[in-house]
Formats: sequence, structure tokens, C-alpha cells
Amino acid sequence: MSTEPAPRSTEEQHPITPYVRMDRMPHIWCPTCGIGTVVKCYVQALVEEKLDLDKVAVVSGIGCTGRVAGYVKLDSFHTTHGRAIPFATGLKLCRPELLVTVFSGDGDLVGIGGNHFIHAARRNQDVLVILVNNFIYGMTGGQNAPTTPLGAKSSTMFFGNFERPFSLPHLAASSGATYVARWTSLHIRRLTRSIREAVRRKGFRFIEVVAPCSTLYARLNKLGTGYDLMKFYHDFSEIRNDADTSELDIEFQSRIVCGRFVDKERPTYKESMDAHYEKILGSRYVPMKPEGGWIP
Amino acid sequence: MTAEPSGVLTGIHYLDGDFACGEGAMAAGCRFVAGYPITPSTEVVERIGRRFPMMGGIFIQMEDELASMAAIVGAAWTGTKTMTVTSGPGFSLMMENIGLAAMMEVPCVVVNVQRGGPSTGLPTMVGQADVMQARWGSHGDYPIIALCPQSPQEAFDLTVEAFNLAETWRTPVLLLMDECVGHMTEKVVIPPASEIRVVNRRLTDKKPEAYRPYEPDERGVPEFARVGDGYRFHATGLTHDERGYPIMTAECQARTVRRLVDKVRKNADRIVRFEEQDVEGADVVVLAYGITARVARAAIDMARAQGVKVGFLRLVVLWPFPEAKIRELAARIRAFVVPEINLGQLVLEVERCAGGQARTCGVPHAGGGVHDPEEICRVILEAAQ
Repeated sequence: MSTEPAPRSTEEQHPITPYVRMDRMPHIWCPTCGIGTVVKCYVQALVEEKLDLDKVAVVSGIGCTGRVAGYVKLDSFHTTHGRAIPFATGLKLCRPELLVTVFSGDGDLVGIGGNHFIHAARRNQDVLVILVNNFIYGMTGGQNAPTTPLGAKSSTMFFGNFERPFSLPHLAASSGATYVARWTSLHIRRLTRSIREAVRRKGFRFIEVVAPCSTLYARLNKLGTGYDLMKFYHDFSEIRNDADTSELDIEFQSRIVCGRFVDKERPTYKESMDAHYEKILGSRYVPMKPEGGWIP
Repeated sequence: MTAEPSGVLTGIHYLDGDFACGEGAMAAGCRFVAGYPITPSTEVVERIGRRFPMMGGIFIQMEDELASMAAIVGAAWTGTKTMTVTSGPGFSLMMENIGLAAMMEVPCVVVNVQRGGPSTGLPTMVGQADVMQARWGSHGDYPIIALCPQSPQEAFDLTVEAFNLAETWRTPVLLLMDECVGHMTEKVVIPPASEIRVVNRRLTDKKPEAYRPYEPDERGVPEFARVGDGYRFHATGLTHDERGYPIMTAECQARTVRRLVDKVRKNADRIVRFEEQDVEGADVVVLAYGITARVARAAIDMARAQGVKVGFLRLVVLWPFPEAKIRELAARIRAFVVPEINLGQLVLEVERCAGGQARTCGVPHAGGGVHDPEEICRVILEAAQ
């Protein structure tokens, strides 16, 4: 038996405490919501990558995931519904040295913001897009989303959804994204690794994270508790890296194919612009400075 | 066109209003423009798109006007001066993020080369019917500044001024051109860069720990921190406190929105701008703006020839409205005559401020052309009775 005195109790911080706005806690997310887990994976990925956090900006739209910008202790912008991607596009083009992440939900980014999503991917804008897909509009009370699986109930499709949903990795890949992955909020290590990988890439990088909405989606569809949803992800997700993105549809309470599906290089919008103008204009071309278009 | 790093195309030029507006933006230091093609405004961005590559600026044609407006608000957080350009239908789409810019207090310039409306209306023909939309088009109470050039020369001068006002008051500023001014070619004198007054937003020199993004200075305007400079601040379109954090209470709403609106309302005398001519001893004062101001001059000459004492008040800044000036004039004249290419918009403001002390006679025109000066003259003669 040890004679040493018992160690004094210490107060350990959660590892991501320095990187979130603790003065804004408690957050607004429901118990068992998956968004907090995704934020944790994101912050951890930035820290593990040893990035200069002064040079990281987060842009969110509106909705439950839209609140992420308000909780991360970074330069962060909570914008209008659907417009996070064009807001981020302008910001990144005018300060190219920054890592710009768009963090928002399915309704925001591919519902009201769908047009911006496909065009930013087509142009290969240099932004990392993390989309938390909970299959429903959570903030406004469980309405149908462009991701709601066929047959699933929502508050505006009480008898079940009959609209075909988007397969988001397929949408992103066919629009031109250079990095496309899907995970669930259960895959914390794989998701963190995927974010780290995406941070090192450039161009339009897209990570979909399927996450539980136990307050609305699960309740409307009688799917049980947060634990039941995590168990469902455990039993029904299947990792198939490099899978054909045309085979990634998510059906109601059925298999969720996860993995990294696209990882390729293509010049970003700014690289294409710079190369083109340098070719045409030679030394007359003056590119936007890395630190931006501020003229003192 | 020769590339000059300062962006100022010093010299005497023949330019249309759209091109002159583009030159004004570049002279003011604008280095990011996002836009979507729309008649009759597109020449502004065509000009800029051709000159920007030589001066470190970026023009991007976005997928729509929602995206264009969102992009310039995002870009402005880098400290870059930003602008978008559109006409009626696109202006309607921009309202969403004009509200965001007002709420986040982001300096930026929005040019609306007005055409006939509503809806698709008269794409290639003149209108002035977006005057009230300019003031009230986005939801909620918010401040707005709107300038209205009457010539290509003024399109240049007022575009520079629009940037200066946006930077000074940290708010979106509108340049309300019209198709006539946009497409009319006249002499435009661009002075040397050293003679052009250019204002930059007040950057904070506080340390990040001490910086509060929405703490107002003595004018009611917060100091600006650029994204990427280590402040790690938060900005939101939600009602927020001085830290920029969302606070959902009536008290915070009152504090935030009152300060926003007061920024322009209480400083109106520093923003309002008009030209007056022969208002001393006048019985009737004609109030006009944009292209209609030029037509009104002809009408005033006709009325004078018939012995009417007519004064002229040309508004350069439409919003904030020169309330004090109208009140002062109303006390000593018989009537205001307000020709405008709409069915009665700014005339309502004149009537409100005149408060029954002087008559207010509108001269409406539905758009697609300018007034016949004789029609304005007829109303002046009636008003003088």
C-alpha cells in the first residue's frame, strides 16, 4: 500500500476548451445532437495539424449547424440562410492566405444554398465545406429537407417523404469537388483524420457528416434515443473508400456508405485565374496579395 | 488603357456613366467586385473586369445576385473595399445580404442602375422607381445611405464618395444611378490620385484581448478588425451585444438596432448633400434628382420666362433625406414640385417634411423615358397660382 498522500483533486479541462467560446456555454444544441462531436473533430484536426489559428476562418449559414461559427474561438461569421459559401468565396479570394471552412447543415447548404454549392464546386473555390446532415430542418421544427430519405416522416410530410433526396457526395463529386468524404458522427477518429487530410488539400473539399437529430428526426420517425441512433450507425454504416459516388444514396434506416470517395488535384479558381492572366498579361498581371486587397 | 497601380485613370475622358462609375470605384481603392450580368448596369463590371487584373483586384461573376452580395460582404471583412453592381431585379435579390451588411456593419457599395419596373419591366429603359426600395427594401430597421448622380462626371465623383461614406459609417452605401445617366457619354475629368479624397475605415489598434467588435466610438461606429489579424472575433446577423455574441432579448434588440439607425440618423447633417439654386425669394421650389434634375432645369427656365419665381433643389444624397432643409423651405415658399420617374415616391417624403406648410405637387412618370419639360413647367405654373 502506498504511503503517498492522495493526489489533490485537479480540475482538468476538456481538450478543446481553449478553442471554443466557453463564455457562450451552454450551447443551444439538444442532448445527443451530433453537431458538437463534429465541432470537436474539426477543432482537434486543426490543432493536430498545428495550424496558425489566427489564419483560420469559419463561415456558417443558418440552422442548427449554422451555430457552429458562434462557438469556435476563431474568426467566425454567422451569415444568411444558404449564403455561407458565397460569403466564404469573397473572404477567401480577398485574403488567400487563410484557411476558410464553411460549416453548415444540409438544408442550408444544399436546400436554399444549393446553387452556390454546385457553382463553388464547379469553380473549385478553395474552401473546406463540412456539412452536417441530420436529414431534416432541425432549428425550425423538423420540416422536410432535400436530404430526407424516401418514406421518412417530417413535420411537413407527415405521411412520409415522397421526394427523392440528394446524394450529397454524388452531387459534390459531379459538380467538381476535389475531395469528397462521408462519415457519421460515430466515426470520430476517421472523421478527424479525414478533416486533417482535407485541410492539407486545396480546392473545394466536401465532407458530409451524418448526425443524429434525436429531438425531431428520431422522434417523428420513432427511432429511439440518441444511443439507438449511434448503435444504428454502428450496425449500418459501411466503409467503402473510393466507392462509386452514384451508389451512395441513403435510404430510410438502411445502409450508410462512408469513406473517402474523391481525392484528386485540380487547379483552384484562384490558381486558374493567376495562371491564365500570367499567360495573357505577363508581368502586367498583379495578383491579389496573400494578405488581401487592403490598401493602407 | 494604361495600367496604373493606384487605379486612377487621371485625365480627361469621354465615358458613359457606367464606365465612369467603374473608374470611380477603382480610384476609391475598390479591389473586389462580384456581380451578375444585368442590363443596364453590366458595363460597370465589364470595365472593372478589364482593368482589375493589372491592379491586384478581383472581379468574379457569381451565379446570381444573392451570391454577389454575399461575396462582397464576406470579402469586405478582409479590409478590401468591395462593390457589386446591378439593376432592379438583381437589386431585389440583394436585399437579403444588404440587411446582413447593415447588421454586421460591413462597409460596401451597391450600385443600382435603375430601369423600368416592376419585375422584368423595361430592361433597357430608364426608371427611378427603386427609391423607396433603396430605403426600405430589406426587412427590419436599418440605416442606409443612397447617392444619386446626374451625369457621368458625378457617377465618378459619387462612386468615390459612396466608398468614403461606407468606410466612415461602416454601412452599405447605395449608388442609385439610372439607365440614362448610365448610358450617357460625356466628358469626365479624373483628377490625379493625390487630389482624390479617399477614406479608409478606422482599424482598431486595441490588443485582441481588449477588443470588442461592436463597441461604438464617439460617432456610434465600432472600430474594425480584419479577419486573419488574430482577433478571433465573431460576427453574426443575429441581434448581438458588443462582443458580437447573439443575445435574444428586447433590451439588446433596442440597443443594437437603435445604435445602427442612429449612426446615420444622428449624423445626417454630415451625410446629407444637395445643391440649391435661386431658392431665396422663390414661390415654388422644384426638387429633383438623377436624370430628372437635368430635365427639370429646362422646365425651370420655361417657367421663369413666364415670370414665376422658381428655385431648384437638387438632391445628391437621397437617403438620409434632407428633412431639415425641406422644413425650412416649406415655411417660406408656396409649393414644391417633385418630378420623378416613378408614380410618386420621394414626393411622399417631401410632403411629410413640408407638414402642410407648403403644397407638394408630384409630377409622376411611369418610366421608359424622361419627362417632357413642358409637363413639369405646367405643374410649376399651377403650383405658383
